[in-house]
Amino acid sequence: MPKGILAVTEQVDGAFKNISFEVISAGKKLGEDLGGPLTALVMGSEGEAIAAQAAEYGADRILVANDAGLNDGLSDACTQAVDQIVAQCDPAVIVIGATSLGKDIAARLSARLQAPLAMDCVDVRVDGGQVVSTRPMYGGKVLADVSLSGSPAIVAIRPRAIEAVAASGAGEVETVAVSLEGTVLTLVEKHMEPGKIDLTEADVVITGGRGMGGEDFCVVENLANTVGGAVGASRSAVDEGWRPVSDQVGQTGKVVAPNLYVACGVSGAIQHLAGMASSRVVVAVNKDPEAPIFSKCDYGIVGDLFEVVPAITAEIEKIKG
Amino acid sequence: MEIAVLLKQVPATESMIEIADSDTAIKAEGINWVMNPYDELAVEEALQIRDAAGGAVTVFTMGPEKAVEALRTALAMGADTAVRIDSEDRVLDGLGTAKVLAGELKKGAFDLIVAGHRAVDDDNFQVGPAVAELMNIPHISMVIDQEVSDGKIRCTRTVDGGTLVLEAALPALITTQRGLNEPRYASLPGIMKAKKKPIDTRPLSETGTDPGDPLVTTVAMRLPPQRTAGQMIEGDTAADKAAALVKALREEAKVI
Repeated sequence: MPKGILAVTEQVDGAFKNISFEVISAGKKLGEDLGGPLTALVMGSEGEAIAAQAAEYGADRILVANDAGLNDGLSDACTQAVDQIVAQCDPAVIVIGATSLGKDIAARLSARLQAPLAMDCVDVRVDGGQVVSTRPMYGGKVLADVSLSGSPAIVAIRPRAIEAVAASGAGEVETVAVSLEGTVLTLVEKHMEPGKIDLTEADVVITGGRGMGGEDFCVVENLANTVGGAVGASRSAVDEGWRPVSDQVGQTGKVVAPNLYVACGVSGAIQHLAGMASSRVVVAVNKDPEAPIFSKCDYGIVGDLFEVVPAITAEIEKIKG
Repeated sequence: MEIAVLLKQVPATESMIEIADSDTAIKAEGINWVMNPYDELAVEEALQIRDAAGGAVTVFTMGPEKAVEALRTALAMGADTAVRIDSEDRVLDGLGTAKVLAGELKKGAFDLIVAGHRAVDDDNFQVGPAVAELMNIPHISMVIDQEVSDGKIRCTRTVDGGTLVLEAALPALITTQRGLNEPRYASLPGIMKAKKKPIDTRPLSETGTDPGDPLVTTVAMRLPPQRTAGQMIEGDTAADKAAALVKALREEAKVI
C-alpha cells in the first residue's frame, strides 16, 4: 500500500537549489493530509555534507544516493536512481522541482511507473482524498486544477511558486546505494556559467526589450548588479541577436516569478506577459505612452530608458550607500 | 536515416483564450490553430538531417481532422509522409498520448525521433521523454545543436545555468529548443507537391494500443488574476521620476 511522500531534491556543486526546500515544504503539506513519512532524496557525492538541511523543512528521513554518476545532472542516471528509491519507499506521492532536470525525470518516470504526472504546478493539495494540482496552461493564460488518480502521483513544482517553510523533521540521514548500470547518456562537455543568477530563481529581474536598440545592455546590467538581480531579454531582443535565447523571458522563453520585474523598452506582447505575469511587482519604462505593458504594470514611467534606468540605479545606490 | 517527427496542432501563442462553459476546457471557436512552434523546429531539423544523410521523414500527429492542416504544412516544408492517428473524440492525458504514439512508432524502424520539448497548449513537457521511455530508447531534451555520426547522436542541450554536450546511441529521441534552427517557410512548389503526398489516417481504436482512461483529469479551469494598470510615475526629469519610483518601491510596494 503506497504511503508517504518522496521529495526529490536537486543540489549543484554542494548547495541545494532553493526549489528543493520548496518541494520538501509542498511534500510536508501533503503529508499532513495523506499521512506517512516525508522522505527527502539527495543525489550526488556532495549530498552527504548538506543532507541535514532537509530536516529544517520537515523531512523525517533523508536518503543520500552519493554515487558520483549523479553529480552532473544526467537525466537517465538520475531517473534510474529515483526509480530505485521509489521502489524502496513506495510513496503515494513524488514531489520534484520542475527544473530542466526535474522535468526530464518526472516525464520518464511517469511512463516507467505508468503514473499520473502534473507538470509545472503552482499549488498542490489533497481534495476529497485525491491529489489535486493547480498548473498554468496555454502559456499561463489559464490556470487548471487537475486531479491525479493512482500512485505514485508525480507532482513537478514550478520554482518560486510554493513557499519554503521552516519546519522541524526527525531528519534521519541514510546513505543508499543505487545502481547506474545500463545508463545510456555520455557526458562529453559541460559549460556552466557560475555566479550567474538563474532567471527562474531570481528575486529581481531586469529585462531589456526592442527599445534597447542594440546589444549594449549596460544600463540594464548595471541596474541588475546593483539590486542583485538577473538580466532578461524580450523575444525581440533575442531575435535581433542582441542577447542569447537562454535570457529570453516569455512564453517561448523562461517563465519568471521575481518579487520585482523591471521591463525596459519592452512593449508588452501577450507572449511576454506570459513569462512574467507571476512577478509580484512590475515596473515598466518605455518612451511610448501607448505601449501595452503600461496597462499591465504596477508602476510605469514614460521616458528614455537610457536616462531613466541609470537614474534608478543611481537612486538605489544612494539608499544602499 | 529513417526519421520520425512528432507534431501537434495548437492555438497560436497570440490567441486570446477563453474558458468554455464546461469550465474544464477552453473555447475552441475563433482560435488560430498552428503547428506547435517547437514542432516546427523538429520538422526543420529532421529535414536537414535527411538532406545530409539521406532517408525519409515521417511526421506523426494524434488529433482531430483539423490537425491535417499541420501535417500538410510539414509535408509542404518537405516531409515525405504523414500519419494522423484519429483520436475519435477520446480524451487522453500526456501518458495516454505517449502510449499511442510509441505504439505507432514501434511499427516503423526509426533511427531518430524528433519532437518539440513541449506543446504550448498543455505545457506538459511530457510526451517526448515518455515516448522514449516506452520505446526503451535514450532521449535528450532541449537540444540546440546536434550531429549524427557512426550510429550516435551528439547534442548540445540547455540546462539551468548553462549547456551540456551529451551523446547517445541511435535509435534515440531528441526534443527541440529555440535556437536549434530557423524553420523554413513552405514554398509554393512545396505546397503544391504536398497535396500529392499521402496522409495515412489511423483510427485510435484500430491501432492496437489501448491508452486506458486518463490518470490526470482537468476538474476546473479559470483565468488567472489579471494584472491591471497601476500608477504612472510623473516627474520633470529622469532623476525626479527615478526618485519617485524608488520611494514607491520602498515605502508602498516594500520590494526594495
